Formats: sequence, structure tokens, C-alpha cells
Amino acid sequence: MELKLSSEDAAFRDEVRSFIAENYPQEMRVLNPETDLSKEQSLLWHRILHRKGWIAPLWPKEYGGPGWSLTQRFIWEQETSRAGTLPPLAFSVTMVGPVIYTFGTDAQKQKFLPRILSGEDWWCQGYSEPGSGSDLASVRTKAVRDGDHYIVNGHKTWTTLAQHADWIFCLVRTDPAAKPQAGISFLLIDMKTPGVTVRPIITIDGSHEVNDVFLENVRVPVANLIGEENKGWTYAKFLLGNERTSMAGIGRSTRYLRRLKDIVRTEVPKDDPASGEFERDIARVELDILALEATELRVVAQMARGIDPGAAASLFKIRGTEIFQRITDLTHRVMGHYGLALREPAGGNNIFMPGPAYGHTATEKYLNSRKLSIYGGSNEIQRNIIAKAVLGL
Amino acid sequence: MDIQFTEEQELLRNSVQRLLKDEYSFDIRRDIVASNEGWSRDHWRKFADLGLLAAPFSEEFGGFGDGPLATMIVMQEFGRSLVVEPFMETVVLAGGLIEAEGSDAQRHAYLPIIAGGGEIWALAWAEQGSRYDLGNVSTSARRSGDDFILSGTKTAVIGAPWADKLIVSARTSGDRRDHDGVSLFIVDRQSAGLHLQSFKTVDGRRAAEITLKDVRVPASGLLGAEGQGTAILERCRDRAIGALCAEAVGAMTELNASTLDYSKTRKQFGVALGTFQVLQHRMVDMFVALQEALSLTQHLVLSLSDGETGVSKLASGAKAKVGYAARFVGEQAIQLHGGMGMSDELNVGHYFKRIGAIDILFGDPAFHLMRFARTS
Repeated sequence: MELKLSSEDAAFRDEVRSFIAENYPQEMRVLNPETDLSKEQSLLWHRILHRKGWIAPLWPKEYGGPGWSLTQRFIWEQETSRAGTLPPLAFSVTMVGPVIYTFGTDAQKQKFLPRILSGEDWWCQGYSEPGSGSDLASVRTKAVRDGDHYIVNGHKTWTTLAQHADWIFCLVRTDPAAKPQAGISFLLIDMKTPGVTVRPIITIDGSHEVNDVFLENVRVPVANLIGEENKGWTYAKFLLGNERTSMAGIGRSTRYLRRLKDIVRTEVPKDDPASGEFERDIARVELDILALEATELRVVAQMARGIDPGAAASLFKIRGTEIFQRITDLTHRVMGHYGLALREPAGGNNIFMPGPAYGHTATEKYLNSRKLSIYGGSNEIQRNIIAKAVLGL
Repeated sequence: MDIQFTEEQELLRNSVQRLLKDEYSFDIRRDIVASNEGWSRDHWRKFADLGLLAAPFSEEFGGFGDGPLATMIVMQEFGRSLVVEPFMETVVLAGGLIEAEGSDAQRHAYLPIIAGGGEIWALAWAEQGSRYDLGNVSTSARRSGDDFILSGTKTAVIGAPWADKLIVSARTSGDRRDHDGVSLFIVDRQSAGLHLQSFKTVDGRRAAEITLKDVRVPASGLLGAEGQGTAILERCRDRAIGALCAEAVGAMTELNASTLDYSKTRKQFGVALGTFQVLQHRMVDMFVALQEALSLTQHLVLSLSDGETGVSKLASGAKAKVGYAARFVGEQAIQLHGGMGMSDELNVGHYFKRIGAIDILFGDPAFHLMRFARTS
């Protein structure tokens, strides 16, 4: 499905397509880029995009954005996800960058933005805490003012790729007496500061993506406070708005569905009792994708006309994650007995994996994708948002 | 249809429960899974001493004489504690095949050893491309004097790296997908020409791809009537499904209990998770799923025990229904535990992974749903 594109936009799409085809590093085409690439490898594409000036489509031109229209940004999203390129680190480019250029001081902008664009700094997100879950305002990590510094104590968790990070942006409580949302501040913390410790969390798929981050008497310069003290919740919400766009993941789901169809053709003979079941299940997912893609295009067209998308991001998050979970479930199921094997990317010693290579990540993908309906505001929370914001319940 | 367990059966359940509670905590299991061997001979010895490895057999071999029920009792508890030792493979599959189909000589040669914990066995039936069709066999067995010569490959043989003996399906006549012409052979794991490539499974066990290259098996190693292997395996699968469903019920019981517990203690937005109606209804559905799974499992096990005709259709029905139910419970247990459910540290994910493996063993729910539909 395509947006009706003007000739300029069509030319832009062609330019993007050929740029990706010619420049995406072969080295990054591994079984599971999220877990299999080293920090340096995963930055290769980032650096190429930086040189091209395309690293931060969302950013205004004055801060280093490419100055694209909303339609162009959408084309970019669509083409990169269709091509299966590893997106530049969202915590840096999509999340903290816009917070800094929107709410930061000039000094902060000058210090941090160029290093985000170049990939010199790797950022991670210090939002979740043990016990906080989808209730982010329950932040307990404390920051106490001490002259020109804050002394930060607390425990952040589920911190994605903190093992690579140079900086962490944190929600911290600066006013314990205020209402939950009112006493929160937004701090930028150098991971090299004494008192910052990272401990890996291994997930059920055997991978090491997330971490605990412990903060013990960490001294953070007041100059690293974003905006005003106790106004952090405003910036946090602004950031979450960015997190939830492009959650539909149409390009990725389309790619995985195409692959699933190929695998079914090879693995399931037509006279297998479950062959018809697969056919029907796949057709259902395909229609789900089609309907979500049509919804996304409709919303993009409305946004281009200046219409507020409302809670569309929640809808994209719910359906996009459900669809991808379903595809990974089917892909695991279609592998039959080989679905018993798990590759264990993090320090596992499953050197030998049985069966054809296209099935080697089926189990870990199925397991890993369970997180999608939990993180970024669980799907239950997203349904609450729609119930409240759209249905007025 | 509620089962009234005999005093002896209740004793069996209590003694399994006590042993696992004392000696098979989740931490101990974690160490066992992480060990080089991947299973615990020490625990296997204890299972044997307690009589668990004999329980499903007839009285003659130290059992209760009501195989499916004893198996259900043990497997349900093993499911609750995520026991990785190969009770299923050695006792239920191999022991069951030998008891049901073996000659007197084979029964007396092997069952006391199995019941005494002296040997580990594994069943090698699946092949690349066979999916869940028991009769889809291209491994060949040809006669050579008094011996059979086996050649071919077997896939995803659970417990093979631990096994002393294997039961291997091979074709003695017919074409790859013919129902008839498959025979079963008892093969020594150390046989010349038999090669294993081992791997870890998602549920913390070990399995192997097996290559047989001119492996010589004496005619006395033929298990059951020549050429009748598919029908024999079908009966074996029915028993296996009874055991796997019981294990799934055990795992679901623990998942539901810990989810309910978590929902009462974990606070979000200032209140316990369990106060949210959407989650209450979810947990009610998980409860209903478990009740249905338990009922259907007991129904199947009673039918197996009575040797009723039509049990094979019921077995497929149970595999599908319990499989879907367990999958639902597993996925929702993770969802309701939030991030913690994704962590390898918590037991929830490990129950979920075992449920995923049970789903695959002997055919997934979609396969059995269709087999249920098409079996008269």
C-alpha cells in the first residue's frame, strides 16, 4: 500500500531506496541485529546516516535535522523499515535529543546534540524502576541538592543497552512532599560518574538487552538538569509521545510475514493436517497488517492536513505489537521440532543449532516479542488511554 | 467424572510432592540445568528409590498396575517443579513401549533396569521434514543375516545426549510416507556408526540430531511386530499426550498461583494490580483455562486407563485444548508479571518455555485440532 505521492515525494522515495540499497552495511545483516551486533557494528549505519545528514529526521534543521516534511519523514520510516535497516538508537536520536533541543539550555544543546548526531554518545533511558512498571510517576530515585550538584540515589531497571551507554537520562524525585507527578525532575547523568553500576538482566530468550542501573551517591552537576526542577514529568511525557509513534511497525511485520510465508512453503507440505490452519492464520495476520497500514496512512494524511491524531499512537502500539507477536508465534510454530532449540545469544553455549538457518532465531524471537505488549506502557494501559481520551469513559 | 484417588495413589502424590519440595527447589533446578551434564543422576537415584520410576508399570515390575493414573500423578508434580530429568522419555515412552509391545524377554531384560533407575532411554522417531507424522520415516532398516542394518537421520531426540539406549523407528518396507512398513528397534547409544549432535532445548533440556550410518542391531532388538511401528507409536503417543497434558496442568497451576499472588502484592497507581477489573477478568479466564485443562486431562487419563476405543481421537483433542489453554495461561502470566515475567531470574518464564516445548512434542495444538476433526 502506498501514499499517493507528489512527483517530488516520489523522487525522494526513490532516492531513499537507492541510498539504502547502496549504503547499508552488509556487516549489519545478521540473524538478529538487536542482539548480535557489537556496539561498534551497530553504529556503522548511524555514522553513514550522519555523514549524509539523515540521522535525525525528526529534528529541526537548525539542530541538524534534514528539514523533511511530515510526508518525507513517513516515507523514510516506511522505506527503512521495509528494507530492514537497524534504526539509529532511539534513546539518543528520538528520545533525549528532542527533549534537549526543546527544553534544554544553549550550553546543553551545544554540548550534547552534536555528539548524539555523530554517534559519539550512546544514551540509555532511566525511567523504569523496580516497582514502577507502567506507573512511571511512582519514581523513587532521589536527587538531593548539594551546592552545584545533585546527589542521586536509586535503582533503575529494564534499562535497554545500558551496557553500551555513555549517558543516561533519568527521572528523579526532587520533591518528596509533592504529588507524584509534581516532584519529578529530568537529569542527564554521565555513566562514568562514580557510583553508577550496571548489572545485566538476562531475559527468557537468553539475550542481554536490558540491565539494572544502580545509582549510589552519584554527584550530578546542576547544569545537567533539563528545564526546571520538579517539572520533569512534562518533559517525560513529551518524550513518551515520541516513543509511541511508529509503533505500528508495518515495515517490519510485512518483512517477517513474507519470510513466514516462504518458510511455510518449505516446511509444511500441502497435505499436512495443519496446512490449512497455517494458511488461514497467515491470511488473518496479513489482513490485520493491511488494516493497520491503511489506518496509519489515513492518520498520516490527516496529520499532513494539520489534524490532531488523538490517541492514534496507542492504537498503533496495541495492534502493531499484537501483530508482530502473532507473526513470531506462527514462525516458531511452523518450525516444528526445531522450535525446541534456543540459540541463547548472551553467553549461551548452543554452538550447534539443528535445522535450517531460517529457523535458528524463531524461538528467541517468539520469546523476546512477549516484551512488546509490556513495555512502552503496557497494552492494557494503552487501552485505558483510548477509553479515556477517545471514548470519554 | 472426578477421580477418586486410592490411598496408594495419594501416598504416591504426597511422596513426590515432599521430595520435590525438599530437594528440587527452583534454585537447585537452575544449577542442574546449568551443569555440564544438564541433569542430575543424584535426583534420578532418589526418584528410583522412591519408586517413581516403577510407578506406571504393572505390579510385576514394581508398579501400581494403573499406568496412566500413576503417570499423571507424577507428571503433574514434575510439571509444578519443572523437573528436567527424563522421566517422560525413559519411563513413559520407552518403558511404556517395552511393557505394551515388547516380548517377555525384553520386558524382563529392560523394565527392572528402567524401574531401578539404571538406564536412561530416549525415543527417536522424528525426522527432518516428517513434522508430526509418525509414519513419515525414511531411515531404513534392512536385514543382514540375523541383524538389521539401520541408516538415516533422526531429529530433535529429547534426552538422547543422556541416554544409554534409544528406540529408533526405521522403515523395513514401503515408501517414506506409508503407514505400514515402519519398525521399532532398540539401539545401544554407543553403537558403531551412531553419531549425535547435541543441543540445548528451550526448556533447559538436552536433545540431539542423530545420524545412523550402517548401525548393526541384532534381530532381538526389534520391538513389537515388524512393519507395525506406526500403529505402535500412535498408541505410545496417546499415552505420551496423557503425561504431557498432566505436566502442562502442573505448570499452569503454578503460573496461575504465582500470577494471582503477584496481582495481590504488586502495586500500580497506588493500588494492587488485582483491583483492576480487566486483570481480574484475565485471571478468571486463566482459572477457567486451567479447570478445563485439568478436566480434559483426567478424562483422557481415565479413558487410557480403561483402554477405551476412540481414545486416540480424545488424545488429540486434549493435546489441542490443553495446548491452547496452557499457551494462553503462559502468555498471560508473563504479561501480568510485566517486565519481571521477561526475566530469566523468575520462574514464570521457565514454566512458559516448558509449556512451549510441550506444545511441540508429539504435535502442536493446530496439528491435533485437525487430527481430532478428521479422526472418527
